Amino acid sequence: MATAQAKAQTIEITYREAVREAIRDALKRDDRVFLMGEDVGRYGGCYAVSKGLLAEFGPERIRDTPLSESGFTGAGIGAAMAGMRPIVELMTVNFSLLALDQILNTAATVRHMSGNQFGAPVVIRMATGAGRQLAAQHSHSLEGWYAHIPGIKVLAPATLDDARGMLWTALQDPDPVLIFENVMLYNMTGKLAADAGPVDIDKAVVRRAGKDISLVTYGGSLWKTLQAADALAAEGIDAEVIDLRSLRPLDDATVMASVSKTRRAVIVDEGWRTGSLAAEICTRIVEQAFWELDAPVGRVCSEEVPIPYPRHLEEAAIPQAPKIIAAAKAALGRA
Amino acid sequence: MSAAADKPRLSRAHVLDLLKQMIRIRRFEDKCAELYTREKIRGFLHLYDGEEAVAVGVIPVLEKRDRVVATYREHGHALVRGVPMTAVLAEMYGRLEGCSRGRGGSMHLFDHASNFYGGNAIVGGGLPLAAGLALADRMRGEPVVTACFFGEGAVAEGEFHESLNLAALWGLPVLFVCENNLYAMGTALALSESETDIQRKAACYRIQAEAVDGMDVVAVEAAGRRAVHAVRETGKPYFLECRTYRLRAHSMFDAQLYRDKAEVEAWRLKEPIVRFQGWLEANRMIHADDLVRIEAEIAAEIAEAVAFAESGTWEPLDQLTRFTYADKAA
Repeated sequence: MATAQAKAQTIEITYREAVREAIRDALKRDDRVFLMGEDVGRYGGCYAVSKGLLAEFGPERIRDTPLSESGFTGAGIGAAMAGMRPIVELMTVNFSLLALDQILNTAATVRHMSGNQFGAPVVIRMATGAGRQLAAQHSHSLEGWYAHIPGIKVLAPATLDDARGMLWTALQDPDPVLIFENVMLYNMTGKLAADAGPVDIDKAVVRRAGKDISLVTYGGSLWKTLQAADALAAEGIDAEVIDLRSLRPLDDATVMASVSKTRRAVIVDEGWRTGSLAAEICTRIVEQAFWELDAPVGRVCSEEVPIPYPRHLEEAAIPQAPKIIAAAKAALGRA
Repeated sequence: MSAAADKPRLSRAHVLDLLKQMIRIRRFEDKCAELYTREKIRGFLHLYDGEEAVAVGVIPVLEKRDRVVATYREHGHALVRGVPMTAVLAEMYGRLEGCSRGRGGSMHLFDHASNFYGGNAIVGGGLPLAAGLALADRMRGEPVVTACFFGEGAVAEGEFHESLNLAALWGLPVLFVCENNLYAMGTALALSESETDIQRKAACYRIQAEAVDGMDVVAVEAAGRRAVHAVRETGKPYFLECRTYRLRAHSMFDAQLYRDKAEVEAWRLKEPIVRFQGWLEANRMIHADDLVRIEAEIAAEIAEAVAFAESGTWEPLDQLTRFTYADKAA
């Protein structure tokens, strides 16, 4: 009975559409919300996320911007400080570097620096990650850099539910929230409850329960990690997969509970290895759960190169299932 | 407001107030410099000596609901906008009673009550912020003006051009006030700009602009009235270049190797307080008694501010990380 009902209320949807529905829902629910960014209006969004929204909400609320990342991101921050709830879209994380001054020096600092007199409740969305052969200026995963910054929150929705549900919660947050959407997820299709709504933005989730090893990941790497876990299962290794969801703050409790159970961990992170988010998580495991460990913590990160154009090199540069499988086996002494 | 109302009415009360506000900033900052040498104030300290006519001319023209975005050389702006001198000095002492809980210091004065949005110490960084504040007002249809102060050094930043373009493109009610003091720290305008007639740059963005003698407080006020009136009436941006000069060092660490003493002395003769006071005296609009009273009132206010800052408290260490994010709702 419950199953039949659930089926009736489930829709087939892409990740892209789930993000669009989240934006549409927010625009309908709150007059203060508007979307601004390069090509979000007439073009329909660089990744077609906002297609159709201009016709529905008009150019004031679906606001095309000049190619002025610092200017319009700063304007979004200012509008948020004056009581609006802007959603700023930056085409890719690489372009966001042009807006880093405003994100770090204004948005992240203003509450603390002003003694809590002003806050910047802005949401900044951007695409991240490699896999579309866009080469070395459109393919990096710099969310770990942003996760370094106190004063902002950093999210990585990997599932349809999170793509649909994180935005509204982020808009309710009194502080700046950055949402990183992995480019390889936009076409992902799946089932979503028709009444899917807001979700929490501060807890990691166990996506696959297991007892032999904890695979800790987020964003686009989640699906490769789950694929690796299936392959490991075929070899009798029962991997637990944790989706961090929030990169700042990090949900240490969920990670430590898992590691304390499995006693082994591998972190999968599309960022570069040196100074990475993976390094941070590894350190926290060592600080908080060292005595629970039966093996060194492993990492699968991107190779330390700018992301190259040819498919075979691009694929080799970022985490893939075989590397994750190999790292898991190594942690289990079964390499 | 009619065009006639745009002109400053030079009643005795008004001219005395203009003079007092400029002297108030000057005496306050003289005290700050002294307190700096006594190590009561630390970090960077950027003084406004010579530029007072800009803040005093423009800011009182604004209404309470309007917004002000300033730079790291903003003591004068904060004082004229109505941030209490006690809270400003306590901030520079780093005390909890400061206008930013002591967390910002000299460069980061903030005050919600007077819509004073800092105290922004990244050159050019305040301009996108001002555009955004004005965007919010425009989207809500509120006739609020955002006055954004910045130096001519900011003109070389991309954020300057991005913000002027956005403000013109979207019709944002921003009054851009360029305080052109001829030096970006130690780099002379001619060494950093291909076009040194700064107000001309606004024309590229179809923004109405004018330049005014920033050492003449009456001229600045007249231009400020025209500008604020224009922004409020049209909802569009306006660009006001105030040509002024910084008589003291950039900060307390500056040996001023980049300019001649003679140049500074020449500007000292044109400085706004001496000039306005002389004009008032020549026109018999001020009496010796007035000056004595003004100086006494300011001295008392400064003494009160010093006592307030001295008796201020340090934020408890357990509050260090508080307000990195908002407190969780109870």
